[in-house]
Amino acid sequence: MRKVELKGITKSYDGKQDVLKAIDVTVEPGEFFVLVGPSGCGKSTMLRMIAGLESITSGELALDGKRANALTPSERDLSMVFQNYALYPHLSVEQNITFGLHVKKVSKREQKERCKEVCGMLGLTDYMKRKPRELSGGQRQRVALARAVVTQAPLCLMDEPLSNLDAKLRAKMRSEIRQLQRKLGLTMIYVTHDQTEAMTMADRMMILSDGDVQQIGRPLDVYNNPANTFVASFIGSPPMNLIDAEMKDSVLVADGHWMTPVTAAMKQKIGSGRVTLGVRPEHISLAKDSEPGFLVQVANVEVLGTETLVTFDFGEATQWIAKWPGQSSVQPGEQIRICVDDRHLALFSAEKGERIVCEAAPVKKVSL
Amino acid sequence: MTTMQHEFTADRQVERKRAWSNWATGMLFLLPSLLLFGVFLFYPMVRTVYLSLFLTDSQGVPIVFVGWENFLNLFQSTSFQISAKATALFVLYTVPAGIVLATALAILANQKLRGIGLFRTMFSATMGMSVAASSVIWMFLFNPSIGLFNRILAALNISGVQWLLDPQYALLSVSIATIWMNTGFAFLILLGGLQNIDQSLYESARIAGVSESCKLRKITLPMLSPTLFFVTTVSLINAFQTFGQIDLLTKGGPMESTNVIVYSIYKDAFINYNVGSASAQAVLLFVTVLVVTVLQFKIGERKVHYQ
Repeated sequence: MRKVELKGITKSYDGKQDVLKAIDVTVEPGEFFVLVGPSGCGKSTMLRMIAGLESITSGELALDGKRANALTPSERDLSMVFQNYALYPHLSVEQNITFGLHVKKVSKREQKERCKEVCGMLGLTDYMKRKPRELSGGQRQRVALARAVVTQAPLCLMDEPLSNLDAKLRAKMRSEIRQLQRKLGLTMIYVTHDQTEAMTMADRMMILSDGDVQQIGRPLDVYNNPANTFVASFIGSPPMNLIDAEMKDSVLVADGHWMTPVTAAMKQKIGSGRVTLGVRPEHISLAKDSEPGFLVQVANVEVLGTETLVTFDFGEATQWIAKWPGQSSVQPGEQIRICVDDRHLALFSAEKGERIVCEAAPVKKVSL
Repeated sequence: MTTMQHEFTADRQVERKRAWSNWATGMLFLLPSLLLFGVFLFYPMVRTVYLSLFLTDSQGVPIVFVGWENFLNLFQSTSFQISAKATALFVLYTVPAGIVLATALAILANQKLRGIGLFRTMFSATMGMSVAASSVIWMFLFNPSIGLFNRILAALNISGVQWLLDPQYALLSVSIATIWMNTGFAFLILLGGLQNIDQSLYESARIAGVSESCKLRKITLPMLSPTLFFVTTVSLINAFQTFGQIDLLTKGGPMESTNVIVYSIYKDAFINYNVGSASAQAVLLFVTVLVVTVLQFKIGERKVHYQ
């Protein structure tokens, strides 16, 4: 277990443009912390700075409360799993796993024992004499994991470890890694661009975009209360539906004809002017006869067995997606009447995209 | 039934016709290289083997079939034995030292430093130089009175060496020049091999904290082994076939000490007009290179780690 603190960490390669801008975060001991963001957002750079593979331009990195900026990677006592696994093709699985253990003064006998134990844990016992090229993708990934675990380092860093696996194996390894981390009580910092991995694995996660922290929090908090439009559209699959809306009198008007009334408190917060309105797909439903709703045209339907994704045209250039439980019989081209659960409406400022928090906004149903 | 059989044979005919036209097209593409290889490689090879079994006149026209006599004469001739020994020594001097030097330079030039491009260009520059030009440079360096080497020795109060004129030093001197000439090529190929090694392997080693020498032994050299193998094979074949610098620097002398086999072939064929013996030597050289290369593939390749 290990505590990792980043205080105002900044990275710049050319001295002019910051790739990472003043990152402040504390990863608690034993925590599974996920860094998530689109490619090029700086998440891998941040991980490599923690590992000591990249220098820190400014700010402080502390491990267990001690400044670690100038420590070499090996002095930081951590393990790392690389995206391409970084296995040595000329060494056997066993040699790969025990590679470098002699530096930590582990005796030959203990190396063997540790390797055996880890291989047993990860189901690699039958493959210890094989070369990496004789293994499947999933097995290679396990060897990379084993190599991290065998060092018994209290902090493990993972750089997109699952992105080279197929979808089915990825789901399996997700759960395996999480179980392993819990069992060994590791502090884990895990980089991914896949929001599903972030949602399913993280104790807490950090969403990065263009080197800026967008939000830090527990997965459900982030999902339910996205801090801005970027997080709203990045986390969740399918993402949150967004549309520009305008305050007119005491109603919000989106796309000229869809209106939703707001309370006085909300109105005061919004002021006059434009906002972005967000709705999660699961909060859009087919309107019952008695409910107010509005007509839309269905553009596409994806039936997934347990749920149905309905894409419909909303306004001139926007398409929204609704997610309904079960197997819907709606057909593309059909006109349907939908209704939005306005208890879950999210409002964002139009300029910066930041969320406008409106505590408990009991507004009446959406009207046409 | 009969119509079906009829249709079947018709299908077969169409297939056969297509296969033939595919073959003809393929051959058409091969024709230019087959023609070139045929005229400049296959025919001379066959002709060499043929001539090695004959006594010839001064024009190289075969006169009497003598069987293995040319070969038997060679094995009994001291001159050929000296030549074979010189060749073996030359290969031994140039190949290992050249490869070690090129590898060391490549590892040095593989650093990420400002201005490293300048060093890379310098180290590979000999590749762009002709054997003739390089030989002239080295001739000046080796010159007993005005050459750089003897001047250095003089500055150190050591008496000068007759680099190219002393039978004791001549082969070594030519070897040194040859190592210099071949370094550029080997360096460039090895640098390419080094740059192909996945950086994350080194990063992983850094996290494990292994030493630089351990990284070199356990990562760099094994990962470079396919490239090293290729460079070794090519260098060996090249070393056996060296001619230019010998002709320009020593002409096989002094006292035949640098009379490597290709130079000996040249002398026999074009100075002594003994084409039969020259052909026999060429055949022996061919067989030697073949055996060495096959052995290298059989033994050396076991130590190569392809990814």
